[in-house]
Formats: sequence, structure tokens, C-alpha cells
Amino acid sequence: MSEAAIVPRSLADVAARDKDQQPAGNLPPKIQAERLNFFYDETRALADISIAIQPNVVTAFIGPSGCGKSTFLRTLNRMNDIIPGTRVEGKVLIDDSDIYGPGVDVVALRRRVGMVFQKSNPFPKSIFDNVAYGLRINGMAGSRSDLVARVEESLRQAALWDEVKDRMDASALALSGGQQQRLCIARALAVRPDILLMDEPASALDPIATQRIEELVYDLKKTYTIVIVTHNMQQAARVSDYTAFFWLGRLVEYDRTDQMFTNPTEKLTEDYVTGRFG
Amino acid sequence: MTRRLLDLGFQALALLILLLALGSLAALIADVWADGASRLSWSFLTGFPSRRAADAGIYHALSGSVFVILVTGALAVPIGVASAIYLEEYGRRNFLSRIIEINITNLAAVPSIIYGLLGLGLFVRAMDMGRSVMAGASTLALLVLPVVILATREALRAVPSSIREGSYALGATKWQTIWFQVLPVALPGILTGMILALSRAIGETAPLISIGALTFVAFAPDSIWSPFTVLPIQIFNWVSRPQVEFQANAAAGILVLLSLLLTMNAAAIWLRDRYQKKLS
Amino acid sequence: MKRFEFVIEWALLLCALLSIGTTAGIIVVLAVETFAFLREVPITDFLFGTEWTPLFATPSFGVLPLVAGTILVSAIAMAVALPMGLLSAIYLSEYAPRGVRRAIKPILEILAGVPTVVYGYFALLFVTPILQQFIPGLAGFNALGPGIVMGIMILPLVSSLSEDAMQGVPRGLREGAYALGATRMQTSLRVVLPAAFSGITAAFILAASRAIGETMIVAIAAGQQPRLTANPLVPVETMTAYIVQVSLGDTPQGTLEYRTIFAVGMLLFLGTFGLNLVSAWLRERYREEYT
Repeated sequence: MSEAAIVPRSLADVAARDKDQQPAGNLPPKIQAERLNFFYDETRALADISIAIQPNVVTAFIGPSGCGKSTFLRTLNRMNDIIPGTRVEGKVLIDDSDIYGPGVDVVALRRRVGMVFQKSNPFPKSIFDNVAYGLRINGMAGSRSDLVARVEESLRQAALWDEVKDRMDASALALSGGQQQRLCIARALAVRPDILLMDEPASALDPIATQRIEELVYDLKKTYTIVIVTHNMQQAARVSDYTAFFWLGRLVEYDRTDQMFTNPTEKLTEDYVTGRFG
Repeated sequence: MTRRLLDLGFQALALLILLLALGSLAALIADVWADGASRLSWSFLTGFPSRRAADAGIYHALSGSVFVILVTGALAVPIGVASAIYLEEYGRRNFLSRIIEINITNLAAVPSIIYGLLGLGLFVRAMDMGRSVMAGASTLALLVLPVVILATREALRAVPSSIREGSYALGATKWQTIWFQVLPVALPGILTGMILALSRAIGETAPLISIGALTFVAFAPDSIWSPFTVLPIQIFNWVSRPQVEFQANAAAGILVLLSLLLTMNAAAIWLRDRYQKKLS
Repeated sequence: MKRFEFVIEWALLLCALLSIGTTAGIIVVLAVETFAFLREVPITDFLFGTEWTPLFATPSFGVLPLVAGTILVSAIAMAVALPMGLLSAIYLSEYAPRGVRRAIKPILEILAGVPTVVYGYFALLFVTPILQQFIPGLAGFNALGPGIVMGIMILPLVSSLSEDAMQGVPRGLREGAYALGATRMQTSLRVVLPAAFSGITAAFILAASRAIGETMIVAIAAGQQPRLTANPLVPVETMTAYIVQVSLGDTPQGTLEYRTIFAVGMLLFLGTFGLNLVSAWLRERYREEYT
């Protein structure tokens, strides 16, 4: 799609997707939560979440502010561990093994499950060093040429290569907001994760930059399993195959996106999706 | 109307008082300059002490000061930065950290001569270092440790948590995050803290007198185990003599000390600016 | 990798524990020698005796003259620093336009950063001679000159801590007063100052602790004659100056004279420590009031 053509999509259009883009429903789930409860000290933020996320699709988490969607996202790569006083009960299985089980290597987990944040957070280093960082600390690149090749590969995957290939040594902070976010995506992709978690990746960006991110997500799902948190329902409708609706720390409904937006089961879902509250 | 006048009068009084304080500083510098500028010369800087005031030089004390603060820095900065990293990055909510913090706050307010007594009892006697540069530097290192720790903690705190999160999300360990992301960003603040600490150390007299820095030393120290003296102690020695010529020496010594301090602080500001530019 | 992280964490903790070690070291070193001292000199003689002549053939170990000297000089310093520092703080906090503030604060910091031996020189060779023009009976060594100079040295501390306390007062309080038609002076004196009271008191106490522990200014300019007096015009000796005096000499280790510096040091440490605790407690209470 060209930058100029921002194609408006109505909720009805979602139903008319290419049939062969629909993922097969009978692959084993990539991520599963089983009765997950999450606590900040004594406050319960997530209650009895159970969900099975399919591989190689885009799953959107939607819900009003404070409903727990970001908190749940962060349990999937154990990012909440760095906040003192947090506690988890229940299981989160990735490829059928519990990531909260004993002896789990959190560092290796986070390499496999990448994350992109709401406000882009490039390191105050050069563009090259930003992307190379993950490779260096995980010991994933043999030689200098190997490193350079992989940095280029990641930047191409993030659709940023052409814009930065001539200034790899420039500071990452000099890029525009949209470019910085794509840099953060490249950085996450460099360590070859299976899963990519995106926490409102476009909420701080203008519509054109947002569209580029959405196109990127659409391309990336062929290779990765993507979970995207968004407060923008239209974005969820545009971009995702499955949607999960959260409210007050609970999972209210989880279904294929076209179903969720045209024919939701729960009244609460319908009210949210039609804008009666938010 | 009278209220307005009172208000203005109050402002005038406050300004007057501030001017008085600043004026004292000016008077001090002018006085020292008047007394001592004539004694400043290359032979003064490179000469050794003598019973004749006009021949006395300051080289032994100058080299002693430089040597001592270099060793002090080498001791205090790694330990101080390490302590600050622990308190800021690892021990955030535990009880032990709270106790350590209270300790550091208290130590920052202990009179410097008490540190001298500590140095005397611990380094000079118990650890048998004698009246050496090492004993003096160790004592001063303990004295300025709170300064380094405080400055480093502030520098670490100023690093945005989004950088740490980004690093963890890529599968970095805590130490990798600190070493490769946090410390480089915090570096200007840490350097500033280091220079603040050394500026404090170079002006200290009492603790070094207590540990036995000699007031009559006629050589520059050649190793960390040798006896030594420092600029402030030499100044003190000269001030204590009744002859006016020695007082001129003292004033000249003060000018050398103040110039050193000025240079150090200017270096701190320059370093900090340079690193700020690199990061933005 | 995990073991490496573990070792690093412990190494960092060890460094942090050094601060506790330092406090313990101070207490142990002082206590050991003080107890040895008190085995030969009864504590009542030490604390309540009025003659301090430890280096005489028939020595006397009453510490009160040293304490008196310390208090005398510190009191003069406080008399200078407190009003001036407080006024300066009020001006900087409530009145000064931003440019003035930015110009004055660094200069105050410079005042605080001048080595104390330089202030000692200033007190002995500049301030005292000037004072002698106005006060004919003033001795060359006295408590007045160093007291005034010490006050100037401590002024920035009083000013910046008091200013912090005043800045901590919520703006709403000030605005309420202005809305009622109060002038800035009235607001400062009647609203802000009382609100910041415990913070300012904490500042004063900390400054007093600093004055008591100050060494070089008094070692150079106050004299070495222990004297139980309230007269600022004659030579006195402070606790800190005594420690310096003995350290300069050649007192052998293990003698009673050697131990006197630790006994005096212990007294000094306990005094300043007590003041610091009170100041910290006040500051904590103040913070609770406004956060």
C-alpha cells in the first residue's frame, strides 16, 4: 500500500477478508494461560485468565484503560518480574512448558519472546549498536561480518533499512517517532524470537506512521506469532485475526476478530465494541 | 503603603546580607592575593621547605597532595560506585539497604577529625600501615565515600527506566543491563561526583594530621608506603609560625591550593558538558 | 552466567556494607581507647572537671574547658550564620528572580567549598587584626574572629537547607495568603516560615553540628589555652583543636596522653551524632507533614 492511500475499513469490511489468510484452527496453541492470577502486592490485577493463542496469527488484546491487557501481555515474557512486589498464580505455557515453572531461564525466555513498547525506547547509541545489542549480549553473532549481516536483515524485516542504511552510525535518537519504533521492532527481531509482543506500538504515532507499523505487523505474522495490545478498536479490527476483550482484570470474550466485531457473544463485548463505553 | 515599604526594606536587608557574605569571599581572595602573590614563582613550586622563608618551596606538599588524592580516588570511586549500584539497582526494597542508607547519611555528617582518629587507630596502628600515603588515602577515601555514593545514586536514578526495560526485554541479565546501558548514561554524573569528592579530599587537613602526616617533610613521597605531607598541612605549618615571611608563604600556598581546586572544578564542568553532548 | 550474576551481586553488597563497617570502626576505635582512658581517669573527673592539663607533670583531666571553648566558638558562628542564612534563604526562596538566584547560588557553593585551612588563615591574619581596631582588648588568639569566619563558612549550609525546607511548603499555602492581600514579607514570615519550621530547625541543628566538629579554623586562630570562660576576647581551645595539638606532637602510643585524644574524640562524636539524629528525625517529621 502506498503512503497516500489510507484505506478506511469499516467493521463490515473485516468479514470480507481473503479466505486463505485465515489460519488453520487446529494447530497446537503457541501460548496458553491457565487460570492465571496476577497480584501487585495485595491487589489482584488479573483474575483467572485462561486463553489459547494460535501460532502465526495476530491476536489483539482490547479493553478500556486499566483493564489489565498490558499487565497480561507483560506476564507472557515475565517483564513484570522486574517490578518488586508482584506475584503470579497459575500457569503460562509457551510451546507446552510453563514459563513460571521452577528452573526457568528468564533471560532465554525473553530472547524468544520479544517485546515492543508503547513509547519507543531506543538506546542512546547508534542505530547499528541498537540492533546489534541483543545479538551481542546473547552471544548470537560470530564475526563482525556476521553481525553486520544480521543487523541488515533485521532492519529490512522492519522496513527501515532503506531509510537508515547510509547513517548506521548516527544516533538512534535523531530518528523520527515512527522510525524509532520500527528500529525497536528491528532490535527485537534481531534476536530471532518466536513470539512478538507489542504494547500499543502505534499509540504515540501519527496516522501515516501507524499505517506503516500495521502493514509491518501484517507481513511479520507469516514468521512470528504476534500479540498486540491496542486501545484502538479499529486498529484491532484492521490488523488482527483473533481478538481478546479484557475488562477489570478478567477475560470477557475471545474469538476470531470478524466474529468478535460483527457478532459478539457477550453483551459487555458488544457494548464496548460499539462504543457505548470505553 | 507602610507595608510596601517594609517589604522593600526586607528585600534590601536580605540583599545586603548576601552581599556581605559574598564580600567576605572577595575580601578573603583579595587578602590572600595581596599577601602571597609576590611569593609565587617557579622556584616556589619546585622548591623544598627551608628554615629561611624566602627559600622555602612547596613541591613536596604539592606532589604529596596530588599523589594522595589519586590514591584516594582509586579507592573511593570503585567502592562508592559499586555501593551505589547495589543500593539503587539491587537492594531497592530490602531492609538491609535501608540500614546502609541511614549509615551513609550519618557518616556524611561526622566531623572529619573523627575520621582521622579512625584512620589512626585502624590503618596506622591496627593494620600497621604506618604514617604512609596509603593510610592517609584510605582515611580520606572513607571520608569522601558518602559524596561518591550520593552523586552516583542520583546519576543512576536519572537514567530512564525505559532503557532498562528495553534491555531486559531483549534477554539481557541485570548486570549486562547495568554495565552496557545504565552506567554509560550515568557516567557524566558519576564523574562529577568523583571530582566533587576529590575536591573535598584535597582541602582536608585535620584527618591527615591525626594519622600523622608529617608537618616537616623535605621530600616528595615516592611510594604509597612512604611518609608524606599535603598542601593544607604545609599551609597550616607556615601560618603557625610567627614570622611574617612565613605567612607570605602560607598565602602563596593557599593560592596554589585554590588554583588546583579551580582547575578540578572546571575539569568537572567540561567533562560533564562533553558527555551530555555525546548522549543527545 | 547465573553464577556470575550471583558473584557480582555479592561483590556489590560487600562494598555497600563497608559503610556499616566504617561506623562500626569509628565506634570500636574510639571506644577501646576511651575505656582504657576511663580505667585510669574516673568519668566524673573527666566530664565535670574544670581543669584540662593532661600534659602537665601532675595532670588534670577535666574536659569542661574544651567543651566551653567549643560551645563558645560555635555559638558565635551560629549567631552569625543563622540570621544571615535564614534571611538569605527567604530571599532566594520567596523573592529572588531566576537570574539572580542562578548567579548567587554558585557563589554560595564556592563559599562552602573553600578549604577550612584557608578560612583559618583569613581568621587569624585578616579578621582578628581588623577586629582589634575596634575592640582594644582583643587578644591575637580569641574566639570571636574564628567564630565569625566559621559563621560565614556555615552560612551556605543554613541557607540551602532552609531554602529546601521552604521550597517544600506547598504553593497553595502561599497563594492563599496572597489572595487575602498579604505582602510577600508577611507571607514569608507568617505563612511560609512557620510551615517550614521543623525543616528549618533541622537545618540549624545540622549547622550547629558542623560548627562543633570544625577543626582547622579554630586550630589556627582560636589558640591552645584551655579556659573555662564565656569571654570571646581571650584565647581558648576547642575539643577539635586539642586533638590536632596532640597529633602534631610526638605522643607515644599507649600512653594516657595518647588516649586523651580518643576520649575527647568520643565526646565529640557522641555530641555531633546526637545532634545529627535529632536533625534527621525533625526532617523526617517535616517530610511526613507535607507529603
